[in-house]
Amino acid sequence: MTDHLHLAVALDGAGWHPAAWREPVARAGELFTARYWAGLVAEAERGLLDFVTIEDGFGLQSTLDDGHDGRVDQVRGRLDAVLLAASIAPLTSHIGLVPTATTTHTEPFHVAIGIATLDHVSQGRAGWRPQVSPRASDAAHFGRRSFPPLDPAALDERHVRDLFEEAGDAVEVARRLWDSWADDAEIRDVATGRFLDRDKLHYIDFRGRWFSVKGPSITPRPPQGQPVVTALAHARVPYEFAARNADIVYVTPRDRDHAAAIAGEIRGIPGGGGTVRIFADLVVFLGHSAQEAAERKARLDELDGAAYDSDALIFTGTAEELADLLLDWRGAGIEGYRLRPGAVPYDLKAIARGVTAALRRRGAFRHAYEAATLRGLLGLPRPANRYEEASTT
Amino acid sequence: MASSTAGARRRVHLAAHFPGVNNTTVWADPRSGSQIDFASFVHLARTAERGRFDFFFLAEGLRLRELKGRIHDLDVAGRPESLTVLAALAAVTDRLGLAATVNTTFNEPYELARRLATLDHLSAGRAAWNVVTTSDAFTGENFRRGGYLDRADRYTRAAEFVQLARTLWDSWPPGAVAADQESGVFVRPGAIGEVRHEGAQFNVHGHFNVPRSPQGHPVIIQAGDSDEGREFAAATADVIFSRHGTLEDGRAFYADVKRRLARYGREPGDLKIMPAATYALGDTDAEAAEHAAEIRRQQVSPQTAIAFLEQIWGRDMSAHDPEGPLPDVEPDLEGGVSQGRVQVADRAAVVARWRSVAREKGLSIRDLVIEMTGRQSFVGSPQTVARQIEEFVTAEAADGFILVPHLTPGGLDDFVDRVVPLLQERGVFREEYEGVTLRDHLGLRAPGRAA
Ligand SMILES: Cc1cc2nc3c(=O)[nH]c(=O)nc-3n(C[C@H](O)[C@H](O)[C@H](O)COP(=O)(O)O)c2cc1C
Repeated sequence: MTDHLHLAVALDGAGWHPAAWREPVARAGELFTARYWAGLVAEAERGLLDFVTIEDGFGLQSTLDDGHDGRVDQVRGRLDAVLLAASIAPLTSHIGLVPTATTTHTEPFHVAIGIATLDHVSQGRAGWRPQVSPRASDAAHFGRRSFPPLDPAALDERHVRDLFEEAGDAVEVARRLWDSWADDAEIRDVATGRFLDRDKLHYIDFRGRWFSVKGPSITPRPPQGQPVVTALAHARVPYEFAARNADIVYVTPRDRDHAAAIAGEIRGIPGGGGTVRIFADLVVFLGHSAQEAAERKARLDELDGAAYDSDALIFTGTAEELADLLLDWRGAGIEGYRLRPGAVPYDLKAIARGVTAALRRRGAFRHAYEAATLRGLLGLPRPANRYEEASTT
Repeated sequence: MASSTAGARRRVHLAAHFPGVNNTTVWADPRSGSQIDFASFVHLARTAERGRFDFFFLAEGLRLRELKGRIHDLDVAGRPESLTVLAALAAVTDRLGLAATVNTTFNEPYELARRLATLDHLSAGRAAWNVVTTSDAFTGENFRRGGYLDRADRYTRAAEFVQLARTLWDSWPPGAVAADQESGVFVRPGAIGEVRHEGAQFNVHGHFNVPRSPQGHPVIIQAGDSDEGREFAAATADVIFSRHGTLEDGRAFYADVKRRLARYGREPGDLKIMPAATYALGDTDAEAAEHAAEIRRQQVSPQTAIAFLEQIWGRDMSAHDPEGPLPDVEPDLEGGVSQGRVQVADRAAVVARWRSVAREKGLSIRDLVIEMTGRQSFVGSPQTVARQIEEFVTAEAADGFILVPHLTPGGLDDFVDRVVPLLQERGVFREEYEGVTLRDHLGLRAPGRAA
């Protein structure tokens, strides 16, 4: 079991290639329906994947770094990922559900109870991908803060640091709120007339630069105790954020050596770098032959009028070739993968059926779900409650 | 009302309130289940859908209530985030409307409009939003902005919030998503409108990122009772959730609110009035009365009786025997002991009334609290309750009711099994859903698009 890789898929629209919606098998007219998403996650669950992530954001998708590009030939619009994940929960039974929720313009209290609720409705399968929103155009949708236009070539370091520091505070608030009810806070003691034992509820009294939150939560402790926090990171500041706050970090190596270098850097970060799980993100276009896979991508590139590029490595090839790559990078310190299907449903099916089968042939993937919670699938123990630990010593 | 409807029986609308975080909800009963397990929500929602109810309803309270500076421990507590649990319920129900109470003070329009539009998409047109205007600093301690909102500004902000949400929902016209694989047009050119809102409360510039949802706008419910609250409802709401549950009170409220509609170019049918209602059933009226009294005793435990007294007297009363007589202690009218709940208005008058009832009837503290608080709206055999509900609607004291059961999750089972069929027999309640969306169930027209 310890030889097994962890495998997740990242769902977004009709897939990660901007022309994916134009594939004849894409259900492009159904992207905003519950049925479409439930079908995708059911496919991932049939493949016994650990979890799915769902992308989100506070602006329209765009080819520009910041702001609406006015393009009409790509998918525009998306549903709230936490609600989408919740609507899938009753229709699935084992797979983890990890929506993206932004930390920059949201209330940490709302996000924390939303993720806790996802954990309740899924009976312990919730995760969260906190995400910062650096764009000026997103900030204008709220009108509370004014940010400089985002230019990846000339990042405002202070701005980036602030965003991740705020995200760290948001995760800290969520983690405290999730622990603010002891598991046995509800007592229903008829003799004393008490429903709650108030000594088992805790004010979190968080005070930070961006917000203060008193607590306790209004939502009882989630079934997992702490839902799984995951973060995508490409550079030092987000590596530190992820190491200190997340259970899983998604990184974007270009090759095996780069993977080893990133893993080494993260492992060296004090206060969490040694234990955070390191997953690599890959965009995948699969095919029966390497050539067929490459042609699939080329066909989509032509439809879009540009070669698709990504922050993550773009893999084109067969399921067997991908399985070899995934196992090879494991030697560089990568413990799992978040695969971004280039086009849905084709690449999703190829992952859930072909890639998992290829990994199983190599003794590297599960034959059945071995746990009922997402923490269980990931081999993470159910954590003790930080407030209860303190009070029982 | 309009003569064309004379003779035709007025239709009743019904909604199911998930048992609330207060002493109406009985937890000490052996049948009482979890307040947080998803299975409890599924049970009540499916019961409501089996009963062909208009919608399922969740209240909101974003801070645990406190009494005497400590967390109130006598009532049920603990609830999910409303929109998240409703999104999950959308997957296991088919026609039932799904209503969440969400305040306009500790939320931002772009984010909340997205979440509501998402629920409307995921439920294929069954979302509703109960707009409330919490302004207290107590709740604000859990939020970025703290308790900054002056009470006088609560409806100014709410009105601008709802108007802006409507602008965002309207910024994608119907049919904007073409998803035409042949021509390669996903969104029709120019379809996504630019939003430019500059107001006293909000400045929002840019583009909404959720396509127009099946209902266009989710159904808007309003639950404030002040003059400003009523005016706000008349201007913008589709449904009012009211507390005016007696026939006389209900008629006065109904007339007052419907009268305000004309000013906004709206018809009486555009705004449905649905008071909260509790009930107790029995095979006979006498049995129902007994059952009602039993429930009242369960709702007011000895400790809860003292807690009620403390709220009204504004001071610690824990030294007094709940089964003993009302003590001759003066209230502290300056002192407030409770937070996070609706405050008792004019406590001096309430104290005087309670004293006189206790003296007249010779009641203990507990019996006095049972007598003075939370009497059920409808008590009787299924026939009696069905008749009373029809009477209220016929008399224009309500367009229907939001039923608040006292047990989680089975509290509506008897109503759906025994009263709903009688309402259907009387021809005042649907036998089957006649439409798909919540607007269809409520007989509301499609929202007009903002200019
Ligand atoms: C029947 C009813 C139910 C209400 N439910 C809630 C609720 O669940 N959460 C909340 O914060 N406020 C709730 N309120 C409070 C009001 O919506 C409103 O914010 C408050 O009463 C202040 O407005 P007002 O002065 O117009 O009454 C409710 C009010 C009524 C009448």
